[in-house]
Amino acid sequence: MTFHPPMAYGATFHKSSRQLEDEGPPFVYTAEHRARFDEIVKRYPSDRRRSAVLPALYLVQYQQGYITANAIRYVAGLLEMTPADVEDVVSFYTMFYTRPVGKFVLQVCRTLSCALNGAERVTEALQEKLGIHPGETDATKTFTLLEVECLGACDRAPVVMVNDAWHEWRSVDAITSLNRIRQDRRGGSDSY
Amino acid sequence: MDPILTKYVREPNCFTLDFYLEHQGYEALRKALAMKPEDVVEIVKASGLRGRGGAGFPTGMKWQFVDRKSEKPRYIACNADESEPGTFKDHLLMERNPHLLIEGCAIACYAIGAKVAYIYIRGEFLHVQGVLEAAIADAYARGFLGRNVLGSGFDCDVFMHRGAGAYEAGEETALLESLEGKRAQPRNKPPFPAVVGLYNAPTAVNNVETLCNVPLVVLNGAEWFAKLGPEKNGGPKLYCVSGHVKRPGVYEAPMNVTLRELVEGHGGGVRDGRRLKAVIPGGSSVPILLPDQLDTQASFDGIQKAGSLLGSAGIVALDDTTCMVWLALNLLHFYRHESCGKCTPCREGTDWLYKILYKIEHGQGQMRDLDLLSAISANIAGKTLCAFGDAAVTPVVTTLQHFRHEYESHITEGRCTLPADWRARHPVGAH
Repeated sequence: MTFHPPMAYGATFHKSSRQLEDEGPPFVYTAEHRARFDEIVKRYPSDRRRSAVLPALYLVQYQQGYITANAIRYVAGLLEMTPADVEDVVSFYTMFYTRPVGKFVLQVCRTLSCALNGAERVTEALQEKLGIHPGETDATKTFTLLEVECLGACDRAPVVMVNDAWHEWRSVDAITSLNRIRQDRRGGSDSY
Repeated sequence: MDPILTKYVREPNCFTLDFYLEHQGYEALRKALAMKPEDVVEIVKASGLRGRGGAGFPTGMKWQFVDRKSEKPRYIACNADESEPGTFKDHLLMERNPHLLIEGCAIACYAIGAKVAYIYIRGEFLHVQGVLEAAIADAYARGFLGRNVLGSGFDCDVFMHRGAGAYEAGEETALLESLEGKRAQPRNKPPFPAVVGLYNAPTAVNNVETLCNVPLVVLNGAEWFAKLGPEKNGGPKLYCVSGHVKRPGVYEAPMNVTLRELVEGHGGGVRDGRRLKAVIPGGSSVPILLPDQLDTQASFDGIQKAGSLLGSAGIVALDDTTCMVWLALNLLHFYRHESCGKCTPCREGTDWLYKILYKIEHGQGQMRDLDLLSAISANIAGKTLCAFGDAAVTPVVTTLQHFRHEYESHITEGRCTLPADWRARHPVGAH
């Protein structure tokens, strides 16, 4: 055993690992997202457009699934920021993806209350069922498995967040739970 | 005492404006608008309402510090970035009683002379945000927000701002940085946000639960509020009970409740017939308390007297199968990940602590590592811009203080020394 412990999601998702974003295809907002953006930007003083960078990036992520270098330049242009400033923000916050993710992102909470209630067993069951490690996406691009820090739902421990909704994971029977997720996916992600 | 903040949470339509108006909704705002702003601050001050976000700072005093001579616009920032491990009270309030928060924001704006309040909500709470946005739209439609609120000539806007996954954004100056479209990293203090806050303008940053208490104070009076609970700890309080208890959940009580009533009464006691080993009384950042301190009053002052902090009232019960080295390791994994990276002691130190704990937990530790843990902790605490540094070393310092023998047995036996039962339930690698 080495001295250095593994960080399961360090390679792809930890904010400290500096990675250049994919160039990706050319990016512009759809008309609908552009209208939503114009509405949001009005919430902030006109000389403080930069405040809208988080909602603007959410719109990018809802439009193409992850954030690319082209999208960063586009958002920077809209908000009168430099692309480096936008990248600075993207790389800090854990909810922005800079690599494509599966249709369902399974985020297993691993912090104290969930860990006391067997969060590790949930991760293991999911790993076994999907054949992927935390931080990876399965071959069919349906599921991405992530281990995340406290989701703020300790009373429902162990908790798994599937895209934007919390799921209690009372049993570690991953098969039933995954089928349930496939069938009844709660809510659309069109809010920003 | 009957619940006040959470009285109607089980009613199916409790989040609608009509339901709220039937139950004295927006009457506090009407009452506040008939008063002078200074008087609203006075009444909140007299009530002794203390900030529910963690520090327990008197809210009225915070509002009084807001610089009124500045020519810049003033702001209210509502801290809804609830991310302390073990805490889950604010999203309940926002989801089931959104108008109470909106009314609180409006009264706070009026009191400090602000025209805009931003609710900084945690990115993971998207479902809550939907409820709040609908509630805000309803409030605008009926004239409780917007221009000339209730014909008083007072303008007030409330906007949502969604965060994107950063524990550090819960720190007040980091929250303002994030609201300005930057990384959520704390600022140097002073100047405090009350003087130089959002967009360099005077700002009051208040927790969700704090603002939800404001309409109650205005409506029922400072005396009524102060009488709920012990001296200087008035008002209703939400407690989050989780961990090894039978009925985890959010429970409302005045602050003369004891930890025992919360863990054994409301929480149903430790499950599986196990014995209680320790309690974390206020979220992961506070020192642990032992079972013989359970009769401590769960108030800001009571818990401080017992040697810990009420913090955000996230109570985590730990049964006798919990390995304290593992506990520190788990929490340091959290702090290592969430450290914003601005101050070197915290950025590097949390990583070192995590690596050493990992080594000990996996049977590779040496006795001198224990002194190293203490030394690193002492070099982080108090040497960072925000309280994150102190919070991050607490799990290590407090477990070393109360459970040093567990660390030592890990080292001498070269393995984790938990009861066999725990390992049977948790069969894989980590132990």
